[in-house]
Amino acid sequence: MKIDPNCRYRSSHEYARKDGGEIVVGISDHAQEALGDIVFVEMAEPGKKVAQGEPLGVIESVKAASDIYAPVSGTIAAVNPALQGDPALVNKDCYGAGWLLRLSPSDPAEWDGLLDAAAYEKECGKE
Amino acid sequence: MNSPYIAATDADRAAMLERIGVGSVEDLFSDVPASARFPVLDLPPPLSEMEAMRELEALASRNLSASSSAWFLGAGAYYHFIPAVVPSLASRGEFLTSYTPYQPEVSQGTLQAIFEYQSMAASLFGMDVVNASHYDGATALAEAVLMAYNAAGGARDRAILCADVHPEYKDVIRSYLSAYSVRLEEVDLPPERAAALSDASTFCVVAPYPGFTGAIGDIGAAARAAHASGALLVVQADPIMCGLLKSPGELGADIVAAEGQSLGNPMSFGGPFLGMMGAKAGLVRKMPGRLVGQAKDAAGRRGFVLTLTAREQHIRREKAVSNICSNQGLAMLQACIYLAAMGRSGLRAVAQLCWNKAHYAASLVARIPGFGIGAAGGPGAFFKEFLVRTPVPAEELAARLSRRGVVPGLPLSRYFPERAHELLVCVTEMCTRGQIELLAKSLEEAST
Repeated sequence: MKIDPNCRYRSSHEYARKDGGEIVVGISDHAQEALGDIVFVEMAEPGKKVAQGEPLGVIESVKAASDIYAPVSGTIAAVNPALQGDPALVNKDCYGAGWLLRLSPSDPAEWDGLLDAAAYEKECGKE
Repeated sequence: MNSPYIAATDADRAAMLERIGVGSVEDLFSDVPASARFPVLDLPPPLSEMEAMRELEALASRNLSASSSAWFLGAGAYYHFIPAVVPSLASRGEFLTSYTPYQPEVSQGTLQAIFEYQSMAASLFGMDVVNASHYDGATALAEAVLMAYNAAGGARDRAILCADVHPEYKDVIRSYLSAYSVRLEEVDLPPERAAALSDASTFCVVAPYPGFTGAIGDIGAAARAAHASGALLVVQADPIMCGLLKSPGELGADIVAAEGQSLGNPMSFGGPFLGMMGAKAGLVRKMPGRLVGQAKDAAGRRGFVLTLTAREQHIRREKAVSNICSNQGLAMLQACIYLAAMGRSGLRAVAQLCWNKAHYAASLVARIPGFGIGAAGGPGAFFKEFLVRTPVPAEELAARLSRRGVVPGLPLSRYFPERAHELLVCVTEMCTRGQIELLAKSLEEAST
């Protein structure tokens, strides 16, 4: 299980990574492995405002359909266009090419409330 | 209480009662009023099988059946010819007793039948994908409206419904939508004018093709008008008519729902029927119900499996597109065999016969003094069903004619009490020239 030390996490297995003024959102390596082969990704449209914890979209794998929740509040700035044609990118490179979307955060303080890599690893150990 | 069919013994029962702290089985029913608990059934003495058959046949012979009368009643359930190959193949044990084809390794026959049905129906409707079926036409249409709502992602909340959809279908749509924050607006306009009312809050326009009262609207214009405001066009279609006229998909419909009973299924007192639903490719993720796809097995052989199942209730649970749909397997199979047996040209011939005979019937009825065809503005285009304006109440006419073995159609007063002088007449390929002429003659005699 790979945990990117530059990311913060939610216990529901989304990661958030700062990139300039935006937050890149995806799912952790642990999550992609648990879901299995991902066959479809559907995210909300850019421009949509979401509050922390609200659904951003759905990931379908061969065995489950899972909602993805916003790690922080903000406005959706972009959705990864490559996932429409190749959703398996999430399996292959969840922290890189398999990112889901970018958020413009509206409350910088929320970042500090997310789990850091060590805390997330501990959280995964409980499952 | 001991029965050869119930495995629990007296001792099991006593143990269960003791565990839940109830004295006797009867105590479990104490919530039911005592007077209703064990009603005495005043039944005649038992009959032998032979006697029972005789009695049931005597009762059944009091019914006026479609095959023993001149039958012009449609209004949702249609009397079409069913080739002998349909029941003969459909009743094979391998098909008749199988259900829930989740396991491709043991269900290739059923899965292939569903795949073939989907493929033929998709071609008939001009859709990219058709699902494995719904309960009936009404529930398929209601699911289609929900699908359009979901496709808009909650950003739109208004649906425009043409008033000339079957009244019972409209009831089902209202029931399905009652738990949603949707504004369902019924408008008494033809599809093209109804669709012109759509705006940025409209997720779909629901148009019949043809309408309950027979009128064929301009579906192409309706599609353009709905799409101009970003709404989807949901069309409720007659599958037999689609064998002759342009398909809803060709005309621009995004979702098609239909009652498939006409395709190889008997009227059977109103059910079981067959709900058909098709959609354009971009909407497949929002489609309810099962889908069977063609695939290859590990050895590269062609096979069939359920596909895109993550949309469905057993995976997505309360977030599934629908939690109230099932596959109407046997009725679907009969439609599949019917479509395969008829082929493109056979279906077209059936539809052409319906059209020709209906228009011949309308021309005869139009000549009867006091009668008129179509609503007040004239008949317009119709397929196999049309309105007849009658000089005496249609219910009286229907009662008089049925005593002569002629079932002339549906008196509209059944659904619209104020429309007592209108009769909805349906003519299919089953009606002979003689029966059509008898209808006209009987209507004339009964109205004077």
